[in-house]
Parts: sequence; C-alpha cells; structure tokens
Amino acid sequence: MNKRKMRRQFMGQTVPYLILVFLGLLFFVPLLWMIFSSFDARAGLTISLPHEWTLGNFASVLSDPDIQRSFVNGVFLSFVSSLVLVIVAGLAAYPLSRYQLRFNKPFIFTVLFMSGLPITAVMVPVFQLFLFLHFQNSLIATMFFLAASGLPYGIWMMKNFMDSVPVSLEESAWIDGASVWTGLNKVVAPLMLPGIFTVGIFTFTASWGNFFVPYILIQSPEKLPASVTIYQFFGQHGLVQYGKLASFSLIYTIPVVVLYILGQRFMSKGFSFGGATKG
Amino acid sequence: MPWNPFVTKNSDSFRAILFLLPSWILLLLFIAGPILMTFYFSFTNMSLTGSAAQNIEFIGFRNFVKMFSDPTFQTSVMNTILFLIFSAIIGQQILGFLIAFLMKERAVHFRRIIGVLVLAGWITPEIIVAFIWFAFLSNEGTLNYVLGWVGIAPVAWLFKFPMVSVVVANIWHGTAFSMLVYQAALDDVPKDVEEAAKIDGANGWQRLWRIILPMIRGSVMTNMVLITLQTLGVFTLIYALTGGGPGTQSETLPIFMYDQAFINYQLGYGTAISLVLLVIGIIASLLYVKFLKVEI
Repeated sequence: MNKRKMRRQFMGQTVPYLILVFLGLLFFVPLLWMIFSSFDARAGLTISLPHEWTLGNFASVLSDPDIQRSFVNGVFLSFVSSLVLVIVAGLAAYPLSRYQLRFNKPFIFTVLFMSGLPITAVMVPVFQLFLFLHFQNSLIATMFFLAASGLPYGIWMMKNFMDSVPVSLEESAWIDGASVWTGLNKVVAPLMLPGIFTVGIFTFTASWGNFFVPYILIQSPEKLPASVTIYQFFGQHGLVQYGKLASFSLIYTIPVVVLYILGQRFMSKGFSFGGATKG
Repeated sequence: MPWNPFVTKNSDSFRAILFLLPSWILLLLFIAGPILMTFYFSFTNMSLTGSAAQNIEFIGFRNFVKMFSDPTFQTSVMNTILFLIFSAIIGQQILGFLIAFLMKERAVHFRRIIGVLVLAGWITPEIIVAFIWFAFLSNEGTLNYVLGWVGIAPVAWLFKFPMVSVVVANIWHGTAFSMLVYQAALDDVPKDVEEAAKIDGANGWQRLWRIILPMIRGSVMTNMVLITLQTLGVFTLIYALTGGGPGTQSETLPIFMYDQAFINYQLGYGTAISLVLLVIGIIASLLYVKFLKVEI
C-alpha cells in the first residue's frame, strides 16, 4: 500500500515540478544567447559562455550616432503616443464611467470591438490614408496613429479603473463647490494613478516593440525608431556581427523589462476579464 | 449607480461630448477611416508606381478574382490557418493552461520563478524574438549543437521546417498571455467546490473536466478569441524569421498582403487582401464582444 501512496505522491507532486522545471528551461534557454553573446567579443550563433568577456559590443552600439538617434525616435514615438493616449483615454473614460448617456453603450461596445481588431489588417489602408493626407514619413503623424491604435484598449482599461473610484468622493468635492473638472483633476485622477500608470506602461511598451507601423509609415533612415533600425542595421551588413546584434537586442529590450517590473503589480488585474471568468 | 447631479441636465451631454471628442476624432481618422477605405480601395487598381498611381480606377471584383486564383493566396490562407491552429489554439492555449494549472498548488517562490521565465518570452519585443529564434534554429545554432551531442546531424530548421519554426517561436512569445489569463481564472474557482468533489471521490482528471473547465469556460472562450486575433495579426515575427519563405512555404496573409502592397506596389490588390484579414478579424472581434459578458 505504501508503494501506491508513493506513486500517487510522485504523480501528484514530483511530476508537476519536473514538467514545470523542464518548461521553464525551454523558455529560458533561447534567451541565453542574447545575454551571453552580448558580452562576447567573438560571438557566434550558438549559446556559449563568452570566449572573451567584453563590454565592447555595448560600447560600439551605444556610441553609434545612428543607433542613438533611433533610440531617441523610439522614445519619442512611444512616450509621446502613450502620453496622448493616457490623456485622451482618461477624458473619454470620465463620461463613460460617470454619466448615463444614450450613446455610452454603443460607444463602449464599438471601442471594445475595435480593441480586438488586429492592426496589421489596416496597415495598407493606413498607408493609403497617409499618402492621401501627405503624412508619410512624419514622426508626429505616426505617433498619433500609434496612440489611436492603442486607444480602444486604453479607453476600456481607463473606464474600468475609473469605475472602481467611488462616486461619493467626487460628490463631496462637488458639495464643497468643486467643478467637474476640479473633481476629475483633484479627486479622481490621483486615485486612479495606478490605472494611469498601467495604461501608460502598457501602451509605451507596445509602441516601443512595434516594428510594422514605423516600418510602413516612415521612410527616412534618420527618422526610424530602434525597432526598425535594429532590423535594417543587420540586414544591410552582409556579415552580421552577432555580438553587436545581441547587445543591441539587449539594450532595446531592457526598457520594456524595467517598465514591466514597475507596472506588474497593477497589470495582473487586467487579466481576469471582469465577470467573464464566472462563465 | 448613486445619485448623480449631472445625469439629466442638457449641458452635461454637451460636456460629455467635449470629453469624448478627442478620442472620437482619433478613432474616426485612424481606425474607422482606414477600415472604410479598405472597402473602397480593394475595388480599385491603386498602385504606388505607373499610371495607376495617378488615376485610380474602380475595377469591380477584379482584385478578388485575381486573389482567389492566386496559388500564393491559397498557400497563405492555408499557412494562416495552420499558424492559428498550432501556435495559438493548440500551442499557447493548451501550454498556457497547463503551466497555470500545474503551478496552482506549488510553492510561491517556485511559481514566481517559472512565471518570470515564461513572461520573459512575452515581454521580449517581437523583432528580438525573431533574432533569438533565428540564432536558436540556424545551422550553427544551439538546437543543432545540442542535437550533435546525441549524434544527430545538423538540420536546416528554418529552411526545412519553416512553418514549424515560426509556430514554435510564436508559442514561445505568446504563451505567457494565456498563462496569465488562466492563472486569474483558476484563482477565481472556489476552493470548496473542488474540495467537495475530492471528498466525493472525483480524481484529478474528473475534477479538471467536470468541475474546473466548465467553471472557467468563459475565460477559455475569451482567451481563444483574443489569441486568435493576436496571432492573425502576427507580421514581424514571421517577416524577420523566415520572410515567408523559403519560397512561399511560411507565407501567411499579413506577409502576402505586405508583399503585394509594398514589394509589388499593388496597393489596391494589397487592400483586397487586407479586407480578407479584416473580415476574419471583425468576425473574431464580434465573437469576443459577445463572449465577454460585460456589465455597462
């Protein structure tokens, strides 16, 4: 009988641990290439501890003026578009959350519907629109498009965060003579700072990692963000220097990791789909 | 909702519209506008070069006739379906659930470590995911190196098995999303229901099939639709990893659309392909709104 118990113990406890460790390794191993190669003076395509440890890859990537500019462009596209998005989505969320208006419901459903649409599917017509309006190759127009493409999801998240701020707090401000604007600014906004940061971080990282949108909408090399430069940089050099590629990749990934860690505490909230889990 | 002094007054509708206006403008110009344009331009011969760049003509269904008889279109539809089934529905969905399910009763620190490893694949930008898997799968890459230990000769994975390569890379990139969804869903399953089933003698499989899955089926459906939509739009990963090749072996609809619109300069034809993608997306997105039981 002990044998049976041991077997059950093994199946119930040890096997799940083993499977999880195995899966964890599968997820971890491919990343090692980027980490090791970036410090390797003679990096190849196989994962191996650096033959010769060096910071030279980082130094040459960071000192390249084209790459520096691509980071500045990337920060502009991601930071300004998420700033625009947070403000516009925050404004939209207010009446959606607080007022009971006839057009709220259809608008919310439209927003929800749009948040599902794959942006890839509209890139050709967006390019045509940019041609038509003479927006092509404009960083500012691309920034606005990135903000708009994240807006449906942003409005939806903002509305949910705002719903969780009690109206009673605002009401007491109104009784004290505050205007709607002051109430929003001084009462609601501070209470939903976590929500604002979540939406901001979420959209920043989405734009930062976006390759397709700037690849289509921007032509001048000097206006391209890091996501496109990293691709073209190594596509154009016949002989790829893997160490430099790896360190560029790592430098490009780090901001996302840092922001993710900062935003993680609040983000997990977004994954329960409200009441949907109750089926 | 408690009493609200702003519900009934006319001036408040006006104020609400003012608050909503910026989002309406952005959404109309950049999302709704292009969607409407898709319906128009897919019936034109719009081109980036030549005479059709100047005089856009309405050509009826010619783009669609051309598309449906184009063998590359047929290949890319097949590849898109395979990509959706294997990387999203089977791969991410099942692997994500498996990880969340197995992690359910593990030690907190262990959960956290495994969770971080899976999440690392998710937060890595798509273009970097392509580089990482290019390195991993290339001829002198790690996979062939490891297989060499057991005497297996190097395989040109990206050339011999391009679809398998992009499917695997996309599973690696996307699974964390499903894992997070299922972690949240499994946390919502009441402990006592499971305990009661356990006492009544239900084994692990029965508890999974009869209790847990029915209770989280809302999340299963929502997640299915969401990852289908995400996967449908995947461009960067495939473009940078295999470029749709060799030949058209890993060409999916987004890659085909890109090639026709921006390599062959046939914007009208490219738009017709976007329309197909868009219609699939619209159907999936409507399902998503339907499954997501929201209270507004």
